[in-house]
Amino acid sequence: MTDTSAPIVTADGTPLKKKLDQAMFRSRRNAFLLVAPLLAFIIASFIIPIVVLLTQGVYDSSFRKQMPTVATFVADWDGQGEPSEEMMQAALTDIVVGLTIDRSIPTKAAVRINREVSGATSMIKKLIRATGKWKIEYEGKEQRLSDVFRNMEDEDDSGVTLLDESERRAIGVTLAKAVIAQEAPVKAKMIKADKKWADIKYWQAMKVASKAASPAYLAAALDYNYSHDGEFQQRDEDRRIHVKLFWRTLEISLIVTLACLFLGYPIAYLLSTLSVRSSNLLLILVLLPFWTSLLVRTTAWIAMLQAQGVMNDLFVVFGLAADDDRFSLIYNKTGTLIAMTHILLPFMILPLYSVMKTIPPSYVRAAKSMGATNWTAFWRVYFPQSVAGIGAGALLVFILAIGYYITPALVGGQDGQMISNMIDFHMRKSLNWNLAAALGMVLLVFVLFLFWIYDRVVGIDNMKLG
Amino acid sequence: MLTATNTDEGFVVFDRVQKSYDGNALVVKDLNLDIAKGEFLTMLGPSGSGKTTCLMMLAGFETATHGDIRLGGQPINNIPPHKRGIGMVFQNYALFPHMTVGENLAFPLEVRKMGKSERDEKVKRALDMVQMGEFAGRRPAQLSGGQQQRIALSRALVFEPQLVLMDEPLGALDKQLRERMQYEIKHLHERLGVTVVYVTHDQSEALTMSDRVAVFEDGRIQQLSSPDDLYERPENSFVAQFIGENNKLSGMVTGIKSGVAEVTLDNGSKVSALAVNCEQGSRSTLSIRPERVTLGGPKNKNTTEAEVLELIYLGDHIRCRMNVHGNEEFVVKVANSAGHTHLKAGEKTKVSWLAEDCRALDA
Ligand SMILES: Nc1ncnc2c1ncn2[C@@H]1O[C@H](COP(=O)(O)OP(=O)(O)OP(=O)(O)O)[C@@H](O)[C@H]1O
Ligand SMILES: [Mg+2]
Repeated sequence: MTDTSAPIVTADGTPLKKKLDQAMFRSRRNAFLLVAPLLAFIIASFIIPIVVLLTQGVYDSSFRKQMPTVATFVADWDGQGEPSEEMMQAALTDIVVGLTIDRSIPTKAAVRINREVSGATSMIKKLIRATGKWKIEYEGKEQRLSDVFRNMEDEDDSGVTLLDESERRAIGVTLAKAVIAQEAPVKAKMIKADKKWADIKYWQAMKVASKAASPAYLAAALDYNYSHDGEFQQRDEDRRIHVKLFWRTLEISLIVTLACLFLGYPIAYLLSTLSVRSSNLLLILVLLPFWTSLLVRTTAWIAMLQAQGVMNDLFVVFGLAADDDRFSLIYNKTGTLIAMTHILLPFMILPLYSVMKTIPPSYVRAAKSMGATNWTAFWRVYFPQSVAGIGAGALLVFILAIGYYITPALVGGQDGQMISNMIDFHMRKSLNWNLAAALGMVLLVFVLFLFWIYDRVVGIDNMKLG
Repeated sequence: MLTATNTDEGFVVFDRVQKSYDGNALVVKDLNLDIAKGEFLTMLGPSGSGKTTCLMMLAGFETATHGDIRLGGQPINNIPPHKRGIGMVFQNYALFPHMTVGENLAFPLEVRKMGKSERDEKVKRALDMVQMGEFAGRRPAQLSGGQQQRIALSRALVFEPQLVLMDEPLGALDKQLRERMQYEIKHLHERLGVTVVYVTHDQSEALTMSDRVAVFEDGRIQQLSSPDDLYERPENSFVAQFIGENNKLSGMVTGIKSGVAEVTLDNGSKVSALAVNCEQGSRSTLSIRPERVTLGGPKNKNTTEAEVLELIYLGDHIRCRMNVHGNEEFVVKVANSAGHTHLKAGEKTKVSWLAEDCRALDA
């Protein structure tokens, strides 16, 4: 045996290990250079946007920017007792400065508070309306506050911006000081504008909103309230919608996955046993749905399943349903289940087929020659070898299903909606992107968790996609 | 040794069996075969000659289009494969990859509802039989080709079937291992006394292992006989050509007298040969084994001029390619012994053979 302590060297005297490392480095660098363009594309178009969006679920500094004085004030406030004159003045300052910079800022801040406790929008709107009537000395003449804001021009006639944000902020601060100097004490006047200003819970809501990094949205995504003193409280029974929706999403995805498995397994088996020519033909039929738009397929299901649709007509013809009491197969969970199963079926069949194709018929034959009945041969020998395909297909279908969105939106009605429809609602309608991001984050964690379980149970190395 | 006794005859019978897959062409044409109990019968033939098809019909995975297959006197056409009790070794072994070696072997016993202790006992014995006792816990993928082959063999035998079918079981092994396994299978067969139907397209395998060999070609059995008969007494030119090395000469039979045919070759010269499968007035192919041709021996009727074209040194003998009667592929084996003259390429010499070593077969 050679002495293992002495390093082995190559012909030119460098240690073998070093030489090997150099060679490895070169091949690794080449491999990296090959994937670099795709990597850059994925980072720019996928990873960064996702990270940016997801952070919005736990990080929201908008209120701090919109109402900075209030934000700093409530941060140190213990959240107890009556709102003080200083707090009121801070709020008034922020609203006046906000209106000076951009007239939509206080409303945006109101929307943010509103997410914690409803009624904040009207509270702020009423205050803006009341204070607008106050007269103030500005640019040498006495005028209503609302006119001051209205006349503050953005641009001159040639489109040049007259004042930038910091200039406006400076004007706003002077204006606010003047208003407070003239009107103090403001507390009573503000409560008169809307008595909600006296209500401590709005101030507590502002305290929650003032924290930039906070679990408030995540809590909301799980139907919890995050209170100003850092406690989580489950929402009232009738306001818990997200968890129910998550469960329903899970339920629909599981049912669709199982349905795809039961429908797809025999087809894949048939495909794998047929001669190449007929299996190709059948495969084209399986893939045919991919050639039509998802929207067309989904709307086709509407034509099929609606009350006056083909299916119900057939049921009536065969006496399975009364003409005036037809099945409701669409605009509910049934519709979502049927349409999604149909659309996702190929994603189950293809991995199954690709695995089954590689199982030689000799295994089942061997089992039968040893005395196994058809069923035993299938169950003990064929099925275990197709598990890799089942795993891949089921995982694919399940993950696609859990984020499915167009189909439930079109055929799901009320109780066929899934969590992605809720995310979509917050992205496009309520414009609560933070909550949308938080919901997305919960969904992502949930899927990763299922993936982890899958890896523990089936083993990800056992998965074959083709 | 295990030649069939009368009582055991007809253990497996193919009776005028035909098989077509597509309804157009017959893959097996009129197969008649009697296999005795305890016999080692090999089906030998070129690729596509229908060997696997016959085996599959016997195992029950294909149905005969016409004719009967009988096992132990019973027609089995309507018995499903799992009730036939036939052990089988597949070319790719078909060991279940998701089961350990032990589980693989226990499978046929399990489906027979055998108790656990009895099962373990038999599995152990079957593994010891192929010297694989300590591999019971391994997966098939963790075994070498030869080891997998042994496991497949013992799995086919563990439930003690009367009949074992093997479809090119050694096809995937290298030459040396293949030869060793041939002996092991042969010895197992002798020890257990099971009937074996073995498929191969390797003629040396067929000759070393079998009691009888059925040479297949084009869906028919061309000859069914013992290995030595097959080599020394081929009945038609296909068998003569397919088994071993063979020299061909073709010509017209001009007369047959007491079993000896007079043949006029295409170059006009006359030779005499054993009339095996030829008729007077028709064309015939003469077959002479290379080792039956002598150089410079005593002159007889078949002595003729030959020109040495090529010499290949093979240690114990020298292969000598010559031009004999216009056939430039005529091969003669010359023993590499002290007494022999050393030939040179281009040299002219005389070769001769006995009439009974030259078989006149069909054209
Ligand atoms: N399932 C099938 N369907 C149609 N034709 C088949 C099928 N199986 C075999 N054949 C055809 O039947 C003929 C005989 O095939 P078989 O497999 O019996 O040959 P073989 O003698 O075993 O050949 P090899 O030595 O190559 O294994 C071939 O021409 C083959 O193409
Ligand atoms: Mg074959």
